[in-house]
Amino acid sequence: MTGSFPAFDAKAVEQMSGALPFVRALGAEVVSVTPGVGKMKLAWREDLVGDPRSGLLHGGVITTLLDNASGMAVFSSLREVMQIATLDLRIDYLRPPIPKQDIHAEATCYRMTRTIAFVRGRAYQEPGGDIAASLSTFILGSSGPRDASDRASSP
Amino acid sequence: MTFEDHIAEAKAAGDPARLAEKVPFAGFLGLSLGLDGEGLFCKVAGDEKLVGNPTLPALHGGVLGSLLECAAIFLLIWEIETPTIPKTINMSIDYLRSGRPVDTFARGVVTKQGRRVANVRVEAWQEDARSPIAAAHGHFLLA
Repeated sequence: MTGSFPAFDAKAVEQMSGALPFVRALGAEVVSVTPGVGKMKLAWREDLVGDPRSGLLHGGVITTLLDNASGMAVFSSLREVMQIATLDLRIDYLRPPIPKQDIHAEATCYRMTRTIAFVRGRAYQEPGGDIAASLSTFILGSSGPRDASDRASSP
Repeated sequence: MTFEDHIAEAKAAGDPARLAEKVPFAGFLGLSLGLDGEGLFCKVAGDEKLVGNPTLPALHGGVLGSLLECAAIFLLIWEIETPTIPKTINMSIDYLRSGRPVDTFARGVVTKQGRRVANVRVEAWQEDARSPIAAAHGHFLLA
């Protein structure tokens, strides 16, 4: 495929990201996708609480939002449509989120090579400020099928 | 009964399964806890709702991150005496192989326990524990 840069179709990335089963299960929503930037939000829900004493959402919920927004940031930076996979994700929990208030996540793909994309993200509340920061890398043109064959050939 | 009382009771009974019962997000993920010869382990039951890549299909990276973080926190609760529930400071997650939507396990070790901070390493796998699909290390605030 030799389309103009970027190759992405914002609506397609929005629809695809919003339709992922785990994103739907969390009740997370895609806010917007623009070239190199993905934004999501999630409403507080009782069954996502990690600490029953305080009503704080589990960190894994915030990790998921950031991972997903980061993937959207990569998709929207691609020159051609391809599979991507997270290589690693580092998350710092800056402060506990305010219970029962929406959480927003915003990720930016700030560097892309032929094989790797580098992304930073932040999760925040309004009002309230930043609650988490992330750095992640993605492999492009991945990976799943290769991994599947790795698995098939492993003892 | 407070959550701390519940933890004390589960530990006294040697039954970690009771810990997960009181955490709503563990129920949402389908996460349970067990003990075997190597110690505490977590299991997330295979479920289509946990998929993040429908093409493969593969588990969402957030599911593996959640499982690894849960495994680390439950390990600290189970193995060490802390005045409060440990709080995650940070986690660094490596995605090693794509995970299929089948039963997924995780287990960790407390690499270092200080007075205020513990460092924990965790791995997640599916059929074969020697072939992990994700690994993480993180820092947790104990006091």
